[in-house]
Amino acid sequence: MNFDFARVFEQLTPLLWQGLYYTLYVSFVSIVAGMIVGLISCFMIISRYRILRILSGTFVWVIRGTPMLVQAMFFFFGVPQVLRMVVPGINETLTEILPFAVNIPMLFTPVQAGILTVALNAGAYFTEIFRAGINAVDKGQNEAARSLGLTQWKTMYKVILPQALRISLPPSVNQWIISVKDTSLLSAIGVGELMQQTRIYAGRTMINFESFIYVALWYLAILSVLMILAKKLETWVTYDRKN
Amino acid sequence: MTEKIKVSNLYKSFGKLEVLRDISVDVQEGEVVCVIGPSGGGKSTFLRCINRLEEATQGEIILGAKDAGNITITDPKININKVRERIGMVFQSFNLFPHLTAKKNIMLAPVSLNKMKKAEAEQNALALLERVGLAEKANNYPHELSGGQKQRVAIARALAMQPEVMLFDEPTSALDPELVGEVLAVMQKLAADGMTMLVVTHEMGFARDVADRVILIAEGQIAEEGAPAEFFTNPKEDRTKEFLSSIL
Repeated sequence: MNFDFARVFEQLTPLLWQGLYYTLYVSFVSIVAGMIVGLISCFMIISRYRILRILSGTFVWVIRGTPMLVQAMFFFFGVPQVLRMVVPGINETLTEILPFAVNIPMLFTPVQAGILTVALNAGAYFTEIFRAGINAVDKGQNEAARSLGLTQWKTMYKVILPQALRISLPPSVNQWIISVKDTSLLSAIGVGELMQQTRIYAGRTMINFESFIYVALWYLAILSVLMILAKKLETWVTYDRKN
Repeated sequence: MTEKIKVSNLYKSFGKLEVLRDISVDVQEGEVVCVIGPSGGGKSTFLRCINRLEEATQGEIILGAKDAGNITITDPKININKVRERIGMVFQSFNLFPHLTAKKNIMLAPVSLNKMKKAEAEQNALALLERVGLAEKANNYPHELSGGQKQRVAIARALAMQPEVMLFDEPTSALDPELVGEVLAVMQKLAADGMTMLVVTHEMGFARDVADRVILIAEGQIAEEGAPAEFFTNPKEDRTKEFLSSIL
């Protein structure tokens, strides 16, 4: 048996550069959106209003309790089908409202559905990460801030969150890494990211072993960079970095 | 002298557990009142009811505010944040904000509550640090300070809002013995400057030397109160005698 790494390197590399763009783009947008969703959902889950707690609890429960692949397929294939049946002419209406044209007969482009899926997933996990961070801040911090006359919101924003987010950083890094890898599942709905490029190439040429090793090295490289940057960030945000 | 804090028939329960029973105390302006008593007797809860870190179950607490007349702290309709600006609090565990320098700890409340412009708050913070003897620690983070220094910064932080009353909840109980003195010295200076102070403490020396009045709270009730000289040398109640003999 002959390995043909040279050929894979030559032919797959340009495809992976294209794929890299989608992987990074979807990852970045999803992670940023996911952290915003997670923060809002975390505030809802610790809120005094039952309805908000139920809403966000349900969100976390459903997202964590179902496979991401199922969700991606659901958003990309399932939702548009029902919407088209229930609301005739929805594509045209949405195209008028939204700043982008809705891709008939699909509601979302693969990239949009992909971002939605990964962002909601990250959001559900970030909800729990941030909540744990907030809970880990000493109760005395809240009392000290409130005793100075700060409102609940100002206490959260000026005293609790700066500490909670620092505590949340290591698990957040973990989630960033997971979200980047999650984007590979989006090949199933046709997002042209690294995995999708590799699957197409390997399927066409039947060079499976070399192709998947090669794309694995690309993921390893991306995530190594991310881990190094995260390490620097973790050092940067500790209080005693000057010592 | 005018009344600064008037506590009338205060009750506090946690579920079925009755922690305070029928506490009534008046504190005059400029008075230093030390609250002593056994652990679990309700001293801290009493103090925390005054700025409503704990909600009283029953009873009334009134703050005689300089410009606003009398404010009923226990009234659920008042804006408690406005009242807390007038009442400084110092905690056993310091509770400094670890992500902020000493100076920024002190500046936080005046700036974010729009009491002072940033530059003014900074001047104020430096002056307060000077007052507690820590001018050179302005840019140090809490983890770089000793326990005694932390507590002095915490006192300065509470003073930054220019409170009319200061509450101290066992301010020296978490300190190494050799660091207690520096904190008590700051408190003594504050008392001499005329601050109205309510101090929950185990420091009998401080209570004897600095307090105008000593109150013993045990089993949720005021067992005895009086001027320190009388209180310590000639206690009237058996409960007081028992407590004093247990700590000496």
